[in-house]
Amino acid sequence: MNFLFHIGNYLMMLYRVFGKFTPWTIMRQLILRDIDTLIIGSTGTVIFLSFFVGGVVTIQTALNIENPLIPKTIVGFATRQSIILEFSPTLVSIIMAGKVGSYITSSIATMRVTEQIDALKIMGVNTFNYLIFPKIVAMMIYPILITFSMAFGIYGGYLAAVYGGFGTTSDFITGVTEDFRPYHVIYAYIKTLVFAFILATIPAYHGYFSKGGSLQVGKAATISFIWTSTVIIVVNYFLTQLMLT
Amino acid sequence: MIQIEKLNKQFNGNYVLKNITTTFEVGKTNLIIGESGSGKTVLVKCMLRLHQIDSGDIIYENRRLRDLDDEDLIDLREQMGMVFQGSALFDSMTVEENIAFPLKMHTKKSKDEILELTERIIQRVNLLNSNKKFPSELSGGMQKRVAIARAVVSKPKYLFCDEPNSGLDPYTAMLIDNLIAEITQEYQITTIINTHDMNSVLEIGEKIIFLKGGQKNWQGTKHEIMNSSTQEVRDFLYSNKVFRELGKYVDTPKTE
Repeated sequence: MNFLFHIGNYLMMLYRVFGKFTPWTIMRQLILRDIDTLIIGSTGTVIFLSFFVGGVVTIQTALNIENPLIPKTIVGFATRQSIILEFSPTLVSIIMAGKVGSYITSSIATMRVTEQIDALKIMGVNTFNYLIFPKIVAMMIYPILITFSMAFGIYGGYLAAVYGGFGTTSDFITGVTEDFRPYHVIYAYIKTLVFAFILATIPAYHGYFSKGGSLQVGKAATISFIWTSTVIIVVNYFLTQLMLT
Repeated sequence: MIQIEKLNKQFNGNYVLKNITTTFEVGKTNLIIGESGSGKTVLVKCMLRLHQIDSGDIIYENRRLRDLDDEDLIDLREQMGMVFQGSALFDSMTVEENIAFPLKMHTKKSKDEILELTERIIQRVNLLNSNKKFPSELSGGMQKRVAIARAVVSKPKYLFCDEPNSGLDPYTAMLIDNLIAEITQEYQITTIINTHDMNSVLEIGEKIIFLKGGQKNWQGTKHEIMNSSTQEVRDFLYSNKVFRELGKYVDTPKTE
């Protein structure tokens, strides 16, 4: 029953996000601030992680394919598929649930415990729109971040393959371009947009409805990470089933 | 004017407010006093509809609070100002931005007009040279001044203050009390202050409601409270040594 209550409450929250709108002059500043914090502030982390994970994927693929009958181009192919289909959209989103999600939860929960949300309410502000809508808009440019992740993941794989002695530049590039299906990229971006919405709203829900003091802010951030990553994994399964089979 | 009629509120079966009926008058500083846990904050939060009431009515100039839908409630709240116990300033904004926020939200005034009004209210609350500072760079007293400025900058009809001078030294507390009283008169606001500070009561208590165990135990003015024969009021009043000494010179009336 508690689970159903939270689903209902979450849906009510989403409905209210699109209620009375904050004036555009204020909303514009909030959106730009959230783009800076949530997207630009995460670019370095995402590029760094993607670069090294791309390298690791390449090395592991190469080490597991020692059969001379299998062409060396498979290393580039496998790296591309792993990065585009799964690592960049899904695993980076789970990492972002820890980074961006925890930030959203703790910042909103801190506003709750310091009565800043009550202050906004009493000023006649639709707090759901003011606090959550800019984050949803900011996260809609999250696919740009995932594009960087894909590019740097594959580049990391390329460097690992060539400088690690697992193949030539030609082998890797041939593999990356082999049997390329643009639909896979579309699938990855659709997943990314759905995850972006989840990353903006579930942590916001846990922050907005947190109660108590500073200890509860930390607890809300932890619970928010667990739920955000769980929902991303489950939705990922259903989207994959729906779009790739 | 705000009317409260037979208000009841309970949490988990325990009554926190029981059968409260009173009015809060325009242009006056109305004080709600009582011990910690007597229901003062819950009463204020019910009046702001931050808590839902169980029964009774809260009426703002013929508008029943419980009948208002979300849009109407937002409209009513645009006419309210609130000074929170912990100030509740937006920590990502400067003093100037905090104060200008209600004007940016609810008026179509130009940038220059907003700046002028903000500057005027900053001068009114004596916060000069702090425009570009963030709340974390201010003292407790200065934060309270910013909170008062933010609450009154859009000239609200109703001003709520939750223990506005808690944590302040007696002199700063008196300045804050007087500032609220002056602004109440100047802008003809219905001001409701929730406090347990007896200095505030005697300084600015034009109408005082004493709560005990969630019930209205006494009401009167700052001139009447010192002579009150209600035992609970006297216990509350004379729990402070200074007032005990002062009480020796006040006649205790036989009846009330």
